[in-house]
Formats: sequence, C-alpha cells, structure tokens
Amino acid sequence: MASTRTLAYAGATAVLLALVVLAFAVGRYPVSLRELAALAGALLTNAPHDLASNVDTVVLQVRGPRVLAALLVGASLAAAGTAYQGMFRNPLVSPDILGVSTGAALGAVLAIFLSLGALGIQLFAFAGGLAAVALVYGVGSRLRGHDPLLALVLTGVVIGTLLGSAIALLKYLADPTNQLPAITFWLLGSLAAVAPGDLAIAAPFALAGLAPMLLLRWRMNLLALPDDEARALGVNTRRLRAIVVAAATLMTAAAVALSGIIGWVGLLVPHAARLLVGPDFGRLLPLAMLIGAAFLLAVDTLCRTLATIEVPPGVLTALVGTPVFLWLFAVSRRPW
Amino acid sequence: MLAVENLAVGFPGHSVGRALSFSLADGEILCVLGPNGSGKTTLFRTLLGLLARQGGAITLDGTALEDLPRAAIARRVGYVPQAHAGYFAYSVREMVLMGRTAHLGAFGSPSLRDRALADAALETLGIEALAERPFTEISGGERQLTLIARALAQEARLLIMDEPTASLDFGNQVRVLERLVQLAARGIAVLFSTHDPDHAFLCAQRALLLAEGRVLALGPPREVIRSDTLERMYRVSVRIVATGDGGHSCLPSLGG
Repeated sequence: MASTRTLAYAGATAVLLALVVLAFAVGRYPVSLRELAALAGALLTNAPHDLASNVDTVVLQVRGPRVLAALLVGASLAAAGTAYQGMFRNPLVSPDILGVSTGAALGAVLAIFLSLGALGIQLFAFAGGLAAVALVYGVGSRLRGHDPLLALVLTGVVIGTLLGSAIALLKYLADPTNQLPAITFWLLGSLAAVAPGDLAIAAPFALAGLAPMLLLRWRMNLLALPDDEARALGVNTRRLRAIVVAAATLMTAAAVALSGIIGWVGLLVPHAARLLVGPDFGRLLPLAMLIGAAFLLAVDTLCRTLATIEVPPGVLTALVGTPVFLWLFAVSRRPW
Repeated sequence: MLAVENLAVGFPGHSVGRALSFSLADGEILCVLGPNGSGKTTLFRTLLGLLARQGGAITLDGTALEDLPRAAIARRVGYVPQAHAGYFAYSVREMVLMGRTAHLGAFGSPSLRDRALADAALETLGIEALAERPFTEISGGERQLTLIARALAQEARLLIMDEPTASLDFGNQVRVLERLVQLAARGIAVLFSTHDPDHAFLCAQRALLLAEGRVLALGPPREVIRSDTLERMYRVSVRIVATGDGGHSCLPSLGG
C-alpha cells in the first residue's frame, strides 16, 4: 500500500517536471535542452548568458506565464473537484456543480459586451463566479426540510440554467463581427493570452482557497459520511461545508478567470488520483493537484504544437481525458 | 451517565414522542423496543443532539445536552448507525480512525496514539484482519462491527445504536450482541433499539417499550416484555416461553 502511494507521488512529480521542460522546449520557436539548461544556470547564478535574445524572450516572456498558468489552473480545478466530490459524496461531481464556471462565463461575456479590456474580463469573470455561488449557496441553504446537499445541487442546476440564458441573451445582443467571436473564444477556454499580470492576480486567490483545504484535510474526510454520522463524530458539518464551498469557489473562479472554461480536469483528475491512493483527502489532494497540473500542461502544450492554429484546450481535455480515464478505470479494481 | 426527563421529541409542528423519562447508568444496557414509527430513531437523534428537543430535559454527566458543544458530546456519546455501504472506498482502519475526530483540533490529523487506539478498537471487535479492506467491499456484519469499533475509538462512554442487528444474518446478530455485553462489562453504557424482543432477553438489563411516542413500560425485560405489552405494541399475539435454563423467548402465533 505505502509503496504504491510513494510510487504515485514520485511518478506524478517526475512526469510533471519532464512536461515542464518539454513545454519550454517545444513550439514554433524550438529551444534546445542545452539552451534551457544554460538559461536556467544563468538565472540561478544571476550571471549574464551568451544565448540569442530570442531564447530569453520565448522562454521567460512567452512560454513562462503560459506554463505557470497551466500549472495553476490544472492544480486549482483538480483541488476544487477533489473537495466537491468528497463533500457531495459523489464521484461524478465537477467544480462547476454550484455554478461557478457559468457565473464566471456570464461575467466575462458581460465584460466583453461592455468592451472592457483583458483585465476587466478577468475581474468580471472572477466576480461573476463568486457571485453565482454566493447566490446558489444563499438560496440553497435556506431551502429547509430537504437534504441540504440535494437542495444545494438542485439550486445550482436551476440557477446555472438561468445564468446560461443570460449568456445566450448577451451573445444574441453582441456585435457579431468583433464581440461574438471574442465571446465564443473565451467560452472555449485558452491559455494563449495569459500575461504575467493576470497570474499575479489569480495566484493569491487560488492559494487562499487552497489553504483551508490543506488545513482541514483530515476533517474533509468526514464530509463523505452521512450528515448525522459526521455530526455525531463531532463535526460542525454546516460550517465545514460553507468553508469548503468558499475555498473551492475561490480556486475555481481564479482559474476560470485566467483560462476561460476548461472542462474535464476537475471531474477526471480527482478520479484518477483516487484510483491511485484511495479516498483519504490528505493523501488525495496533493496527488490530484500534481496530476491536474501535469494534465493541463500536457494538453496546453499539445494545443499550441499540434497544428498551425491553436486548438481549444477544452476540446483536447475531452479527447485525451476520456480514453485515459477509461483505461484507469479498467485497470483498477477500486470502486471510486 | 444519561438522564432523560419528560422529554418531547419531534420536528417543529410535528410531535413524535413525549413524556419520555428514563436514565442510563455506566455499564448498563438498555434496549428500546417499539414498532415502526414509534419514535425510536427520532428519540436517538434527539439524544445525540442532532435534532432539537421539543421539551423536557436531557442531561449527560449532570450537564444539560444543549450546553455541550458538538465535539464535547462526541467525546461522551458514540453513535452507531445502521450499517450502510459508504460512498468512497475508505479502508476499515480509516473508517475507525474517523472516530478520533472529536479528540483532534480543527486542523489536526490523527497522531500515532490515535492510530494505536483505532487498532485497539479493531482488535476488541475482532476485525483487525479487515483493517486494510475497503469499507465498501466488506459484508454487512463486518460493516456493523467496523462502526462499533469506530464508536469505541471515539472513547465514548455511552453508545447509541440504531438497530445494530437490522439486516444482519443470525450469526452476525448474535456476534454483535456478544460485543455489546463485552463493552458494557468495560463500563460503557449502551442504548440500542431492535425489532427482536429476544435481544432484550439476551443482553439487556432493562427494556424500554415505546408505543405511539409514549413509554409503554420500562423495567427488566422479564417484567415488561409480556404477551400483553407485545400485543399492544405490535398487534400480533405472542407467547413468552421459558427456555429452561433461565432464559426466555418470544414466540408469535399466526392468526387465522
């Protein structure tokens, strides 16, 4: 058992590091491993280097933010998905279950509709995600006399549909020559346009969401029990659920505001990690984040190298994710 | 340990039981009998502080239940629900470890001592061989023993068990009752419900008979479990037969 876990962590870390190197090396302007090593050495020792200035620009300005964004978004979506699957006691739940992505999408679409800049879109998306979940949680937790989780999920579905209609309305009203394509591309998701400043805004929120999950990693397990049992074991489930929703929402909203909507990662990666190390949240969370980061980095690297035009990552996550998931599910005998 | 006085249980606007009074001493086994819908589960949920009481008083070690925070209740009272399949494949050891939660800080994880206590609980229940098995894959009887082990790891001095023998085969029912007697011998008070009056004869010092949310009778099983009380509760005719070795058993007769 213990060795399987060590192997899983070590394997995921090694794959992630290899992917980071690969992501810096490949692309329209290939950078050799020797050049990468020389640049890394120069940066670490703060010494000048004799590489072409293109290498410097491509690695640090172009690929650097994009690689970091892929890692941040992948890890955040995977962490939020892990927390929600445990909390909703359902392995088919994705981070979007309470409407955070739909809310973020509405925020972004509104910002594009109002002709705001990139920063405006990011902030509107982030705020939209938080507002949508606040609305769902506020309404859902007031519906007494029902199973609290079911009330939350159903409220999420209903309000998500409402927000979807609002998005449709804005698309209908948007200028078809420049706004509508921008909306469509945002909704497809992309890491192509991530600037260092965007990362600086998203990262603190993602970390703020991660902190409570790490601190509460033991208690998170008890949310997977029936409510009465968890409470009888001494857990204030209502408060714990509120914290988890807030944390997962911060992480997802920060990720979606950065990348647009990228599906599959938050649904698939927690599964894969659970198949490898079991459901204990303290062991599961770090592995899910490693796999999520590696998975999205691999997908994004493929997106920008497969063809002369960029492929939307949401399309590739599904293409890569579905067979990988089916394979994992087939080779493992663990039920979830 | 536990004192219940003139307790009313139910939901706002919907009374399920009232005028319930009884107490439970350390090491005592009290068996609650009653037909479906007589308020057993509602009573238990109220005693655990999971449901607000509608009147009366519950005191635990002399302190009113409502003055105790969740974790403080959990350090005294363990809840053994009916065995369920679980949602995720936590191992039996992990399930039992969850019993230690009330003893940990909000951000704490189980220490080596917590793990040792969980292992000791597994041994007491005789299921240490199952420790690494997924809870989702073991049998119903093994699950029930796991949940009892969890309450034991909780170091609760009162166990509240909601039909711990429901849906178990005959052998597992007996094994669960044997464990109850063993735990009571350690000074743990046990409050359990069952649909089989024979279980009260087998292991309980006292039986509490509930009918329509009221106490029908409370006392030693041999005194309160009689043809007339059982007929009033269950509306079937029953004979109580002596087994010759000092035991008793209920024998229903089928009506025409």
